[in-house]
Amino acid sequence: MSSSTEFIVKLPRQEALSGARDIFPLIVGAIPFGIIFGTLAQGSGLSFGAALGMSAFVFAGSAQFIALGLLAAGSALPLVVLTTVVVNLRHLLYSASLLPYVQGASPRWKAAIGFFLVDEVFAVVIRRYQQPDPSPHKHWYYLGAGGAMYLNWVFCTLLGLTVGQLIPNAAAWGLDFAMVATFIGMVVPYATTRPMVGAIAVAGLVAVLANGLPHKLGLMVAAIAGVAAGYWLETNISGSVGRPS
Amino acid sequence: MNDWLLVALMALVTFSIRYTLLAFSGHLRLSPTLVRALGYVPPVVLTAIVVPAVVLPEGELWLGWQNARLVGAIACVALALWRKNLLLTIAGGMTAFWGWQWWIGSQLP
Repeated sequence: MSSSTEFIVKLPRQEALSGARDIFPLIVGAIPFGIIFGTLAQGSGLSFGAALGMSAFVFAGSAQFIALGLLAAGSALPLVVLTTVVVNLRHLLYSASLLPYVQGASPRWKAAIGFFLVDEVFAVVIRRYQQPDPSPHKHWYYLGAGGAMYLNWVFCTLLGLTVGQLIPNAAAWGLDFAMVATFIGMVVPYATTRPMVGAIAVAGLVAVLANGLPHKLGLMVAAIAGVAAGYWLETNISGSVGRPS
Repeated sequence: MNDWLLVALMALVTFSIRYTLLAFSGHLRLSPTLVRALGYVPPVVLTAIVVPAVVLPEGELWLGWQNARLVGAIACVALALWRKNLLLTIAGGMTAFWGWQWWIGSQLP
């Protein structure tokens, strides 16, 4: 057991606190998003309880927003569910990326990891899992980050459902731009290799071209095109490391 | 529309998508090809969400300087390239977006 004396292994509680701290900037970006969801929900035809329940049990920001839009447009229930599947398919890719790190985890841990698997949580925790230290408590880091994101999301939905109703025309303020700003801040640090820059460019272009596809399928088409472009560039360009100048 | 049924079904499909691979992780082996491809997933998906929100705010392509979302997004990219500080990118981007929106509004008769 000499290794346990060489590394200072953080306690589960310390890991959880680190996770909550590291996800803090992303929580700030999600606050307006959650408040707007709560503010718009009742106008789109969801009851107070179902809107709060959607944030508490579904916990999927973009799918929830798209569901609101479809409900407001009078879409049928199966169509909203199908669109939820398509919009959340990206989480399948996230869970695939987490596979190497969860193989020894208990079913209960896997369920918790699955439930909290949203864009922001994935972006933060994958970096912790990739760190080489042998901490046995990295799942606690996940729980801290995911739990903080979750509590904030539910609380902001409640704020929107209550206080948000008092703000005149809150939706017109453009608070949704906070999500755009957050996601740009998460994407840009990835853009350090040519295949990655190519993948990002192709994904953005295809997302615009495929925007007219039904059920928000354009998102998945763009994601697949971007991944394929990155993979192709990585395979076919020698010296792919280094920033394009 | 039974909205609680909708919540239940959305919760079911969302959790299934997130959990299924994790549940079978002990029996799965990913090919190196797939692992390499998956490395592109996070930025590619986020980009595919963001770009239409910026250049197609009302469903129509809008690349003019009057598009405050476009100006705000350019500010975000510049800030993120300058400093890898997410809070700075969010705060600066929101300021640029709101400031530009206000300025555009003040230019209109």
